[in-house]
Amino acid sequence: MEEARLLRLKTMSNLIRKDIVKMVLDAGSGHPGGSLSVADIVSVLFFDVMTHDPSNPCWEGRDRFILSKGHACPAVYAALAEGGYFPREELDTLRKFGSRLQGHPDMCKLPGLEASTGSLGQGLSIASGLALAMKIDGKSNRVYCLMGDGELDEGQIWEAAMTASHFGLDNLCGIVDRNGLQIDGRTDDIKTLEPLADKWRAFGWNVIEIDGHNVTEISGAMNRFRHTHFRPTVLIAHTIKGKGVSFMENQAGWHGKAPSKEQAEAALMELSQEVV
Amino acid sequence: MKDLHLAKNMLNEPERIPTRFGYGDGLVELGKTNPSVVVLGADLSSSLCVDRFRDAFPDRFIQTGIAEQDMMSFAAGLSLAGKIPYVSTYGVFCTGRAWDQLRTTVAYARLNVKVGAGHGGVSVGADGATHQALEDISITRTIPNVTVIVPADYNETVKATIHSALIRGPVVIRFGREKVPVVTTKETPFTVGRAEIFHEGEDVSLIACGQMVYESMVAAEILAKKGVSARVINCHTVKPMDRETILAAARETGAIVTAEEHQVMGGFGSAIAEVVCQSCPVPIRMIGIQDTFGQSGDPEELMKAYGLTGQDIAKTALDAIAMKKG
Repeated sequence: MEEARLLRLKTMSNLIRKDIVKMVLDAGSGHPGGSLSVADIVSVLFFDVMTHDPSNPCWEGRDRFILSKGHACPAVYAALAEGGYFPREELDTLRKFGSRLQGHPDMCKLPGLEASTGSLGQGLSIASGLALAMKIDGKSNRVYCLMGDGELDEGQIWEAAMTASHFGLDNLCGIVDRNGLQIDGRTDDIKTLEPLADKWRAFGWNVIEIDGHNVTEISGAMNRFRHTHFRPTVLIAHTIKGKGVSFMENQAGWHGKAPSKEQAEAALMELSQEVV
Repeated sequence: MKDLHLAKNMLNEPERIPTRFGYGDGLVELGKTNPSVVVLGADLSSSLCVDRFRDAFPDRFIQTGIAEQDMMSFAAGLSLAGKIPYVSTYGVFCTGRAWDQLRTTVAYARLNVKVGAGHGGVSVGADGATHQALEDISITRTIPNVTVIVPADYNETVKATIHSALIRGPVVIRFGREKVPVVTTKETPFTVGRAEIFHEGEDVSLIACGQMVYESMVAAEILAKKGVSARVINCHTVKPMDRETILAAARETGAIVTAEEHQVMGGFGSAIAEVVCQSCPVPIRMIGIQDTFGQSGDPEELMKAYGLTGQDIAKTALDAIAMKKG
């Protein structure tokens, strides 16, 4: 990846991370861990990979992004605001009464959201339906679906995995945020996910494993997805829950907890010193 | 009273057709005029009669396999791309097993997904309790943004299916498995959200949905022989409820019997009671399943065993009349 593009994406990831910390601090609740872990993925999708137009959120030619792990919406709200879908000042309203930034995404309230999600396990089915509709209509739009690894406990994910490969949805790209933690602890203590790549392969998917914090790798994998035919692609993105804020990293406790003012200040200080 | 063009001879020699045939035939009619309509099946295509649509429009039939939750969310995705998907399977599965998908993904975002909920009621028969949907009305009508229609017969199921495509947002259409009497004709008026008075009367109102409309017509005839004048209302749309017609019935007849092939708890009778008790309280008795599961048997013997016949309605109507205040 050329230097300027790389710098732009890393700067955007950093902005998204700072927004996440500020938003969750203001809200007094929310999900910082899983939002920070997807910041780089969201950054690459919205600012490098996807075709979309913030000034025309309903443009038919846009690619679609479904946030199946709806609780990571602070990352997506930040990307939408940074991209120009709505004013950045509105990020302060996260989770507050009357806000368009609901605790989990409400597509009817906020432009740029493609589905209302939050009840886990449903996003991949929604994305598959969208992808098949694009095929039926002969459109070339692509559909991206971001899932949590804990979310893969849901049986519906695997129903959708069968459906998507049955229909050969090569316009569908799933991304698993493989941060290894869920609310009650380590994903593999709660329900064994491994061998995860083999599972997806057995379901008929093209599997690409990447470092989910390396924007060059993420972008490269998305490029391979675009050149894969007759089957859907899933990126297993190895990430760190709470990435970028050292005291939140790899701590299940930061799944759904807001930082104190002091903690947020320390987090923002650390993020502002991040070498970009 | 306007001519509703009801079926002639319905009480003596009714024609009998399963309402699920109406769903299948309605979809085929829709398919001819609306290219956005797609139909989803979960390995029950002939049972739901959606094989008729599949054979007519194979490119617009989507088989999702035995995966109802995936099917409901998949339909949500199709609707987000402008399709009008009809999720088709037994009521216990599409409204029960996929309830969260219907609530949170479809209804919350008011997505344009239609749900064909088959095998409603104990008249499903031999398959028994596991496959007899008796809670579907209760659990779908409590979800905001959802329209719930329980057509009275074959003709009305055709109309409900066709009209559902004109509503922007989720619609649940409930129908049954067995042959049931045809009480309406093609000419009978049908408007979603509007109840129709099928028989005039002043002493009591029999308010019904689904095949219980026929049973209520039978009850009205039994009551007439006893000198009791019963009003029969076909309230096919459970939500949104036609408050005007229901409250007029309460005011003008002073007693109500509701009839549904479904649990009375939270169901159709409860929906009527919610309207009546808050604006024009009168005695209400409810015919329906009384907090129990169904079982295997012939449809006819099950309808008798669970107190769902015209005879049962007539007897209960007399009780309701006796409850009227001085």
